This record gives sequence, C-alpha cells and structure tokens, in this order.
Amino acid sequence: MTLDLRLPIGLMFSLLGIILAAFGLATRGPSPLYERSLGVNANLVWGIVLLVFGQTMFQLGRRTLNQRDKLVPGKSAKGAVVRRKR
Amino acid sequence: MRLTSIDCLILLLYLVFALGIALSFRSRIKTSVDFLLTGRTFPLWICALAFAGASISAPEVIGLSALGARYGLQAAHFYGIAAIPAMAILGLFLMPLYYGSKARSVPEFLGLRFDHKTRILTACLFALMTVFSSSISLYAIARVVQGLHVFDGLFRSIGRPASEIFLFAIVLSAIIVIVCVIAGGLAGTMYTQVLNFCMFVAGLLPLTLLGLKSIGGWAGLKASLSVPFMHEWKGALHANGNPMSFDIVSLCVGLGLALGAGYWFTNVSVLQPALASTDADAARRVPLIAAIPRMLFPFLVIVPGLMAIALPTPHSVTTVTTNPDGSIVHSIQVVSPEAAQGKGIVPAKIDPATGQPAKTAGGQAQRSYDMAVPNMLLHYFPTGMLGLGFAALLAAFMSGMAGNVAAVNTVFTRDIYQSAIRRGASEEPCLAVARWTTVASVVRSLGGVYAIARFESVLEPLILIASIVNAPLLAAVLLGAFWKRSTGHGAFAGLISGTVAAILHHGLTLSAETHPGIHGGWIRVAHQYPNEITQNVWGAVFAFCLGALVVVVASLATSPRSERELVGMVYSLTPRPEQHRAEWWRRPEALAVAILVGAIAINIFLA
Repeated sequence: MTLDLRLPIGLMFSLLGIILAAFGLATRGPSPLYERSLGVNANLVWGIVLLVFGQTMFQLGRRTLNQRDKLVPGKSAKGAVVRRKR
Repeated sequence: MRLTSIDCLILLLYLVFALGIALSFRSRIKTSVDFLLTGRTFPLWICALAFAGASISAPEVIGLSALGARYGLQAAHFYGIAAIPAMAILGLFLMPLYYGSKARSVPEFLGLRFDHKTRILTACLFALMTVFSSSISLYAIARVVQGLHVFDGLFRSIGRPASEIFLFAIVLSAIIVIVCVIAGGLAGTMYTQVLNFCMFVAGLLPLTLLGLKSIGGWAGLKASLSVPFMHEWKGALHANGNPMSFDIVSLCVGLGLALGAGYWFTNVSVLQPALASTDADAARRVPLIAAIPRMLFPFLVIVPGLMAIALPTPHSVTTVTTNPDGSIVHSIQVVSPEAAQGKGIVPAKIDPATGQPAKTAGGQAQRSYDMAVPNMLLHYFPTGMLGLGFAALLAAFMSGMAGNVAAVNTVFTRDIYQSAIRRGASEEPCLAVARWTTVASVVRSLGGVYAIARFESVLEPLILIASIVNAPLLAAVLLGAFWKRSTGHGAFAGLISGTVAAILHHGLTLSAETHPGIHGGWIRVAHQYPNEITQNVWGAVFAFCLGALVVVVASLATSPRSERELVGMVYSLTPRPEQHRAEWWRRPEALAVAILVGAIAINIFLA
C-alpha cells in the first residue's frame, strides 16, 4: 500500500488553516484590511473551516493507519513519524 | 495591491506539499512501467478526485469565467450539456470497454479495436493537441501572475523591466511541472491532482460566497445584470435569440456531442485516473463520482465571472472640499484607462503599440475577460486569503498541465516509440525516452504561448484544437465501440477526413470583428460567424459528422474483423459487467440517473 493521501492533505490544510486563523486573530477588530471583504474577517472564518477540514482528513487517515499497525505489529515507520509530530 | 509575505507563505506551503507528494514517489520508479502506468491498485476516492482534478485546468477556470463575463449564464452549457451527460455515458457504457480491454490509453484501445495505423495516427493527433493545450495552460498562468503583480516587487528590486515577468512566469511554471512529473510519474501526478482539486475548491468557494454576499445574493446578481445574461436557456433554440449565438444544432451536436463527449471520451489525461482503479465496477464509478462536484463548478467558475461585470466600473473621481478656513482642496482619484474603459472590474485590453485601449475590427473596445477571476480575487480577498486564492489558481493550472504532460508521456512512449519507432525496445531506454518526453513536450508547448496571446480569451484556441482533434476522434471511438461492422480502414479514413474538414472549415470561415489569420479565413472567407466560439463549435460539428460519415462508408466498403476478435471491444459483443449482488441503489446505473436528475435540476435553476 502506498502513502495514505489523507495524511498529507490533512496536514497541509491544517497548517493553512492555522496560519490563516492566526493571522485573522492578530488582525481582529476594525481594520482597513477587511474593507474589501465586506467587514468579514475572512482569514479567521475560512482559516477555521480549513482547519476543521484538514483535521477531519488527518484523523481519518490516522485511524486507518493505527488499525493497520495493530494488524502488523512492528511495521509502523509512517505511524511513528506521525505520532512524533503530534 | 501586492502579495505580502503571509500570502507568499501560504503559496509556498502549497508548493512544498505538492512537490513533496510528487517527490515521495521518486524512489518507487525503477522502470518505464512504474513511470507511465499506475497498476490497478488505487482506492476509488483517489481515482475519482484525480479524475475531477485532471479535468480542471487553467483554461477552464480562466476561460469559462471569461465566457461567463462575456456572454452570461449561457457559459453553463459547458457543464450542463457538455460535461455531465458525457461523464454519465462514459461511466455507464464506455468505461467497461476501456477498462476491460486492458488498454492504457485511447490510441492503444483503437489499436486493439482497429489496427496499427489508426493507433499511430490517433497518438500523433493526441500528442499535438495535448502539447497545444499545455501552451494554453502556461499562457493562462503567466497572465494571472502578471495580473496579480506577484513578482513585481522582486523584479523592481533586481532592476529588471516588468515586461520580463511574463516570460519568467512561463519558464518558472514549466520547470515546476517538469519536476513534478519527472519525479512522480503518473502515480505521483494523480496524487497531486487530488491535492490540487481540494486546493481549488478551498480557494474559489470563499470568492463565490463573498461575492454573492456583497452583491445581495442570487437575486441581487439577477437585478444587476441584463435579462439575457442571467438565463441559460432563454432563446437557446435560435442563433439570434441568445448572446452566444448558439442554435439547437451547434448546442446539442457541437457542444454536447462533438466537443463535450469528444473531450471526455477521448482525452487520455482525464481517462488515466479511471483506468487505475482496482476493478471494472470501480472504474465505472470514477467518472460518475467525479461528476458530482463538477455539477457545482458553474457556481465556482462562471458565477464569479458574472459578478466581475456586475460590479460598478471604476472611474476617475475629482472631489472638491472647501475647508472652514476658506481653502479649497481638490483631490483626484485617478483610475488607469485600462480599468476605466472596462466593464465592471474586467479591464479593457491595451494595445501595446499605441498604449490606448484596443479596438476590434468592428470598432468596439476589446476587454481582457481572462482577468475576471484574478481581479475578483484582488477585489474581495484580504491579505492572507489572497495567497490562498492565488494558490487555488496555481493548483488548477498544475493539475491540468501535469495531467496533460503525463498523458503525452504515456502516449508517446507506448503508442509511438514502443509500437512504431523501436518495436520491442527494452526497459532501460524507454524510461529515458519517457522522461525526455516530459521535457520535450513542455519545451514544445513554450513555443505555442505567444500564439495563444493573440486570441480574445483562452477558450477559443482550446475549442479550436478540440474541433480539429477530439471531434473526429470521437467519431472513430463511438463507431468502433458501438458498431461491430466498423473497420480499421474506415476509422483511419474517417479520422483523416474529419481532421481535414475541421482545418478547412477554419481556413474558410471567420468570426465577426477579427482579421483573417490565426482566427480563421486564411484560405478565403466564405462564411462569417458572429463570434469565434460559435465558429469553432461549428467546426467541430462538421469534423464529427464528416468523420462519422466517412467511417461508415469506408467500413461498408472494406471487410470487417470476425466477431470473435472483437469481444471486449464492442459493446454489443461484450458480456455485461457483474454487479456483485449489489443493492439497486449501489449500482453505477442508479448513480448515473441521480447525476442526470441533478444536472437537469441545475439547468432548470439557471434556465
């Protein structure tokens, strides 16, 4: 079995979500930045949406990986990397 | 408005992941088979999203939103008539044949069904078309990079003129695609296509949402545009009744059959992901599942185009304020002539020779409709989201272009090199040939970029090349798959005559407001069409009809292959796929019906 694509996709969208949401939090309040997006703090809102999507993908992928680890003990090179990251 | 460091960070993050996924396949590629094929081991959802991703391309995003800005909701025909029905039929009837014949490309299938010469001819035509559409992708992305001023700061700091940005963007994108495809092969390309698909939706969905919010929802959009713009089907029966000048024949036969089905049934780059599924049943489901997100694409692509022209056109404003102390202050807000002569936030096209807005042959101002979506991004997205939006456009570009290049690799190496140039060549040179094909096809497509720049938008050249290649190819594929009497000589003659018909049609006709040359009429102008889209759609009608007619006549004049040899390649002679005792609602047929009902519902909503 090749790499489970849900892990990198989940990781990327989680990171994107964190960056956008953090930037959105930092620029909260009345700011000329959000004039163009109609006063909506688009970074914060969409950052959270992306973070939720990314985490859903990531957790789904990790669950499959853990189930596979239980079936084949000792063969969890990818799983180890993932766990260290968390 | 410039991209700031946070935008660049987001962009960089996307690029790192896209390249990283492709590079993770590097160690697995040992032979040309690893590089060009995938093995049939991919999960259904990856195949379906890669299928959806392969079909998104910069020409589609930029071109169809431009079409929306220019002609209104009629552009949605490209989804409702051209894409969805074709995808449903592909999944139901054609996929069992493609998958069951074990062919890995359309030329290979035609080689098995007909003969060797048909395979070579198809492969050559297909390679030509794909390289040309890569040119369109490169042009589109360079235009976006230029329009969003991504590299302006960098170029100013190193003291280079801004006019070099276009070339720089083309070369840079070409290098990214080459690295991605050479490192990942087809498998890596498919994986990045899934990522690109997600990125595309993540970047463009908020644009539609914000745009609709600002304009007052669907009702507000309807109120701010003229009636013909907001109806997909109003006056669709007659050419004078609708902005795009389609009539029922060009709409159904041209767009629905010759171009729509022609694209989905014969384009190797979109079919490859489906052929990587684990079994025939999954392969049939791939196009059907991919059709579900595709039904919503009019809202991601065409609606932003419409909103771009619904917004007020910027003008230079002078305000005079008299202060209490008696002093008078004039403040002038100047808008560039480009923006002021445009429509909405779609700028006018500037003639580089005069510096004035360019005019058509009929004296009307030309507009850069291609800039509709990039300008919408600039208009609505704050710093941060802007990087995401730009990454989404880049993802659409990478997805389509990498799919094209991977398909050319397969077709050239297997259908031209291994079957015609050096038959039975060993593995070692084949891998090298495949890798060099990647580089060669991208370099070749660089040459076409400046030809594309002379068209009004990127969709016209795309339809032109599809009418020359895909329309005749569709005639051969359809008659080969569904008529057991058709023969190799017939298909070969049909392909040649269809292609020649399309080229002659282009040489003999011209659209209003263009000059003879690359837009047609280079033999003499025998007929004038109202616009270039209609011109090329009619070209596809002629190519398909003449191609099909010649296939039929020439087949009847030659002797067919025995029915025993054609099992698995002709629908009527192929045993029906087993249904694995599935409940009725799990079968592909049920899914196809659901998709068609959904497509009809969306058509009614936009009607």
